[in-house]
Amino acid sequence: MSSIAQKKGFGAAMWDYLTTVDHKKIAHLYLASGGIFFLIGGIEAMLIRIQLMKAGNDFLSAGTYNEVLTMHGTTMIFLAAMPILLAFMNAIMPLQIGARDVAFPFLNSLGFWLFFFGGVFLNLSWFLGGAPDAGWTNYASLAIASEGHGIDFYALGLTISGFGTLISGINFLVTIINMRAPGMTYMRMPLFTWTTFVASALILLAFPPLTVGVFFMVFDRMFGANFFDVTMGGNTIIWEHLFWIFGHPEVYILILPAFGIFSEIFAIFSRKRLFGYTALVFATILIGFYGFMVWAHHMFTVGLGPTANAVFALATMIIAVPTGVKIFNWLLTIWGGSISFTTPMMYAIGFIPSFVAGGVTGVMQAIAPLDYQLHDSYFIVAHFHYVIVGGVVLAILAATHLYWPKMFGTMLSEKLGKVTFWLFFIGFHLTFFIQHFLGLMGMPRRVYTFGADQGWDLFNAISSVGALFMALGVIILLVNIVMTSIKNERVSNDPWGDGRTLEWAIASPPPFYNFAQTPLVRGLDTFWIEKMEGNKEGMVYAEPLEEIHMPNGSFVPVVMSFGLFVASFGALYNMDGDKGWTIPVIIIGLVITFGSMLFRSLKDDLGFHISKEELLRDVKGGKSDGLK
Amino acid sequence: MIKGLKKWRLFALMTALLVFLAGCGREEISTLLPAGEVAQDQFNLLILSTIVMAFVIIVVTIIYVLAIVKFRRSKIGEDVIPEQVEGSAKLEFLWTAIPIVLILILAVPTVYSTFDLADVSTMDVQAEDSDAMTHLTVNVTAKLYWWEFEYPEQGIVTAQELVVPTNERVYFNLISADVKHSFWIPSIGGKLDANPENVNTFYLTFDQESAELEDGVFYGKCAELCGPSHALMDFKVKSMDRESFDQWVAAMQEEATPAEGALAQEGEQIFGADGAGCIACHAVSGSGAAGGVGPNVATFGDRNRVAGYLEHNEENIKKWISDPQEYKPGNLMPDPESLNDGKPFTEQELDALAAYLMSLSVEE
Repeated sequence: MSSIAQKKGFGAAMWDYLTTVDHKKIAHLYLASGGIFFLIGGIEAMLIRIQLMKAGNDFLSAGTYNEVLTMHGTTMIFLAAMPILLAFMNAIMPLQIGARDVAFPFLNSLGFWLFFFGGVFLNLSWFLGGAPDAGWTNYASLAIASEGHGIDFYALGLTISGFGTLISGINFLVTIINMRAPGMTYMRMPLFTWTTFVASALILLAFPPLTVGVFFMVFDRMFGANFFDVTMGGNTIIWEHLFWIFGHPEVYILILPAFGIFSEIFAIFSRKRLFGYTALVFATILIGFYGFMVWAHHMFTVGLGPTANAVFALATMIIAVPTGVKIFNWLLTIWGGSISFTTPMMYAIGFIPSFVAGGVTGVMQAIAPLDYQLHDSYFIVAHFHYVIVGGVVLAILAATHLYWPKMFGTMLSEKLGKVTFWLFFIGFHLTFFIQHFLGLMGMPRRVYTFGADQGWDLFNAISSVGALFMALGVIILLVNIVMTSIKNERVSNDPWGDGRTLEWAIASPPPFYNFAQTPLVRGLDTFWIEKMEGNKEGMVYAEPLEEIHMPNGSFVPVVMSFGLFVASFGALYNMDGDKGWTIPVIIIGLVITFGSMLFRSLKDDLGFHISKEELLRDVKGGKSDGLK
Repeated sequence: MIKGLKKWRLFALMTALLVFLAGCGREEISTLLPAGEVAQDQFNLLILSTIVMAFVIIVVTIIYVLAIVKFRRSKIGEDVIPEQVEGSAKLEFLWTAIPIVLILILAVPTVYSTFDLADVSTMDVQAEDSDAMTHLTVNVTAKLYWWEFEYPEQGIVTAQELVVPTNERVYFNLISADVKHSFWIPSIGGKLDANPENVNTFYLTFDQESAELEDGVFYGKCAELCGPSHALMDFKVKSMDRESFDQWVAAMQEEATPAEGALAQEGEQIFGADGAGCIACHAVSGSGAAGGVGPNVATFGDRNRVAGYLEHNEENIKKWISDPQEYKPGNLMPDPESLNDGKPFTEQELDALAAYLMSLSVEE
């Protein structure tokens, strides 16, 4: 099967990726497409900073600027940060719990392709009459008033990709609940698995409100429903509530896996088990829980009244407690350890001050009366970039270096990695620290220009220079990836030397069936325990070597997602009311989707078995885990 | 080399100084230079929370720096396996309890201030004796890229430049006529949204007379993305003592006087119903109620900016009238061609309109 045929033509490799249901290959797909969207979002960020480089700049027109800022936010959150995190969850989480694959490999592939076609659909708006321009929050009054099809691309694109994310979330929940290796109790799960678990629960509960809101929006625009039309008795504040009931948990969906990644890094590169593992787990759960209680702090200035504002202010402040617990436990993890300053560890070390800065400004904004000043100013822009870039993006870059060998079997250059780190880290603080002051000096967010008479010139210029540093950092990362791929020096199971959890007990990259024998987990940091006890086999196994049952690949997820992609075009242009071809296109698209669902339901696909002989051959050839 | 280094140092010093001096922004618009009671309260909360947060940052920084200095692998040896500590219940308790205390310190003023700033119960209460603190109500309507200010008790309406008395509460009723906007005068107090579906009410007080400012006005902003020209949806605020304010109100309530001078009279004719018909949307009299299609121009000559953000001179008025979309994309003012039988205004007509608009004034 796929692992045997190493040297294949390009077409065969393409076909392999289009039909794969292997969590490790789906991880590659997420990483590649999320990475491309990250570059697009980054280019949009650079356009923003070029425009705001000086007062009264005319690099972008007012309307174009609003499209760029909307697409920057939407792309970075939905199409870059989340998919890249899903890439690492897919690549690592099943290995960490010693599972054969995720619970529903077919759904895993479907989740990816839905996200992919949703993202492509959204970005095609640039070429088809203009991108959405009402901000990533897409507040209803402005969105309903927006001309052209930008908002429709937003609503339909996010609906499709949202389905994909929801499917992935459910899949991970089921996987973690059911597919842990023998001995892997909940309180022995690595932190990254724990954060994946909680983030998946958040996905499950947070995406439906967004879907409801987006459906209302689609209905308003397609069929003239009046959910948000004030003149017809609609209400636009409902959108704000629905959006933020989703939107606040969404930032925890992003930051919790980032916390998980950093927890792994701190333990590995301090050669020490996580300090206060139990506290870290419960802090994760608490943050996830509180995440649903605080959405109205995005709406302090909406006029909800003092009681609502006071309650949500206090609820928001409470989140600082479990977050603080996490920070101190990480600090105590490196305290007394043996710190090795590898590239992933540099990011983790850089993350602490960056995230603490983002956290304290978060508490400041929780003070509702103070937030009346800070809300919708550049202060908030600085704040959320401190938590999302200083937290999530640093985690993504760290994980890219940490897990690259596990995913691709070769190490990224440490030298170039550190250059990227310093450029990105310095650029990040240069860009965003000063924006706190711009906000306090009265600069509102989402402005396409500012006058020379407002006193904001110097700080904006400094901020734009910082963005340039970040861009350089990312370019060097790309160079690093290309050079590493060309050199392609293969690495062993545990390339960092201090791996603690199960993913480091298996070959890099792992064989397509993961562990030939399911390992037995004897404690937290189970691989570290075996290493310390001098286990030459790598792991203790829970079962003898037996035939392995594997699922067949399938092209159906691509077709199913493509059908929705086609139907969306019909739905979008149907709103014009003067195009006869739109209804047939909707029908064709839905027939493709439901037809492929029917095909999938009726066709018996029993998968295939890997024989014991084949497994033994792999083990002898050193392709498998353990035995060398 | 040394010389170069010195220059570099001087440069660094100058830069640092410049950043520091620029750090507070302009007094017309900075929240760091509060000129009203509300902004002062909010500034005090900013300082309090900054102090509390600085404490957190210092504690974290000390542990952080010590840890990464003391426990480097290069220092403690390549092959050392550190003790695998599980955790400490005492420490967990400590760093749960201390943040809770810090949050309580912040929670009390937060709740107090939230209710205090939302207290508009005295809005409809008239002062019993004239010495007591009086107050004013202003109905604000946010419209695509301009602001209408109605003074219901005085029966006057103006646009783009809010005029208020100092040292008394000014209550604002905010609503939007189209999409959501947000009303923000940074140096006077925090913002409140102008929603399309409901009236939001709050108060501000203006402690400083705007005449003392370098530019003579406070700067107001729209803080909620509302379309292409969101960035240009500025307004200005003139604060003055009660006596001057009453004079201004009286002048506003008077009938508009006909223009003087040949050029201005020609402008008035073009502006009027027999000319291009600008007056259909732009009232020229200060007395009246809210609901104008375009901004009331009764105080046009007194204003500080053209279209909310351009320097106030005749050249800019002419540019603005000739091509409104160029200067405020997406605004609702018609092109001159659509008003003037398909022709752009001639230079002479523009001069006349500018002269007329500049002559509209209620201040001396």
